[in-house]
Amino acid sequence: MAISVRIPTPLRKLTDGKAEVDAAGSTIQELFDNLESQHAGIKEKVFDDEGEIRRFIIVSLNGEDVRYIDGAATSVSDGDEITIVPAIAGGV
Amino acid sequence: MAVSKDQWLKQLRSDIPEVSPEDVRSELDAKKDVLIVDVREGDEYRQGHLPGAVHLPRGFLELQAESKLTDSTKDIIAYCAGGVRSLFAVDTLKKMGYGKVRSMAGGFTRWKQNGHPFDVPEVLDDDDRERYARHLTIDEVGEAGQVKLKKAKVLCIGAGGLGSPAAYYLAAAGIGTLGLVDYDVVDKTNLQRQILHTDDRVGELKTESAKKTLLGLNPKIDVKLYNERITSQNIDEIVSGYDIIVDGCDNFPTRYLVNDACVKHGIPNVHGSIYRFEGQVTVFWPPKGPCYRCLFPEPPPPEMAPSCAEAGVLGVLPGVIGVLEAIEVIKIILGKGDLLVGRLLTYDALEAKFRELKLRRNPDCKYCGSDDFPGYIDYEQFCAI
Repeated sequence: MAISVRIPTPLRKLTDGKAEVDAAGSTIQELFDNLESQHAGIKEKVFDDEGEIRRFIIVSLNGEDVRYIDGAATSVSDGDEITIVPAIAGGV
Repeated sequence: MAVSKDQWLKQLRSDIPEVSPEDVRSELDAKKDVLIVDVREGDEYRQGHLPGAVHLPRGFLELQAESKLTDSTKDIIAYCAGGVRSLFAVDTLKKMGYGKVRSMAGGFTRWKQNGHPFDVPEVLDDDDRERYARHLTIDEVGEAGQVKLKKAKVLCIGAGGLGSPAAYYLAAAGIGTLGLVDYDVVDKTNLQRQILHTDDRVGELKTESAKKTLLGLNPKIDVKLYNERITSQNIDEIVSGYDIIVDGCDNFPTRYLVNDACVKHGIPNVHGSIYRFEGQVTVFWPPKGPCYRCLFPEPPPPEMAPSCAEAGVLGVLPGVIGVLEAIEVIKIILGKGDLLVGRLLTYDALEAKFRELKLRRNPDCKYCGSDDFPGYIDYEQFCAI
């Protein structure tokens, strides 16, 4: 089962410049474990040492912040859209 | 054979119900569901009108009735200066299908003579009316909306990539007071996107350069400059008195200070950010929606954010995001449309795609979720974007 994950520009250096990558798993946690095996380094950009989503990153499932669903344990299934949205400071 | 004016008026008076100013007053005082329509010309209306009256000049009656008088079954009382033109107006409205229309005898002149209350609308001068003509013809703006824009005070944090297009359009739109905060000077590398500045102003303060451009476009607005870096010490003083803040800064410490000040003072924070080909825009306005800290409780540490060495932005991108910020500002002032409150709009220029993310308030937010303001934090300045 492949679910597409949108990668924000700052993290694309970890995905060979790809804006969208496929990953497998039935929860957000599993999805990122699988992503990590394909693109080493991406997990620590999104999760902290306690396995929580970092406080300056939003992971959204079909447009909803997973923090307000079940966090890392949120279930995902085929056809879902996962988007990683980081805080960006730039304006100049 | 032609009918004389007097014969026609006599006929109208026998057909059309008239109501005295005193009866109109008691209907208004009793909060009856009645719509008062002023059919006089614009210059007469601007001298004063009945409270709450809809202005529908006789000359535009047939053209504008449908949009201004949407319910043809509603009780309507029309008035003019002396009670004659309103008879003709009522005659027309009846022919157009409005069922319950009356005319106020004696018109505004008698209303005023008899000591009833009236409003004098805040109005635009002739120059404004020409300048904003394309706004005045839109129902959502109109003269009342343009007056609101004129009275509004908007503070732009940053006169750079986002601040340039935002402030430029806000000045054009007639925002009466525009504040600009920036301590930087114009650099040649800014000119690829910071459209308020010009080649011959390299080395000048950005605020001064921006002011020249903004007043060149619209000399009737007031531009206030703050040539300083925002800190916990000066932010309260800088933001006080402003109705809306446009965040177009370029660093996390300032973004958090701006958020926290907006929460503290209850000011809507129109937020935009950009990186390379991607932009984000939203409106933080608790309690209607979340604040910045509901989304991102803390800034990233330096090692987790892209460094300045990786900085880069397609020059046109801040144009898109800054203009979206300006539009949200205008909508807030006019009270029209659906704001980007609780919604993060992202734009990917390479894909030419907008996406939307639903944002929620964090009930445990230390800033907007509590009545006790925890105080400002001066985060360490580090070079990140």
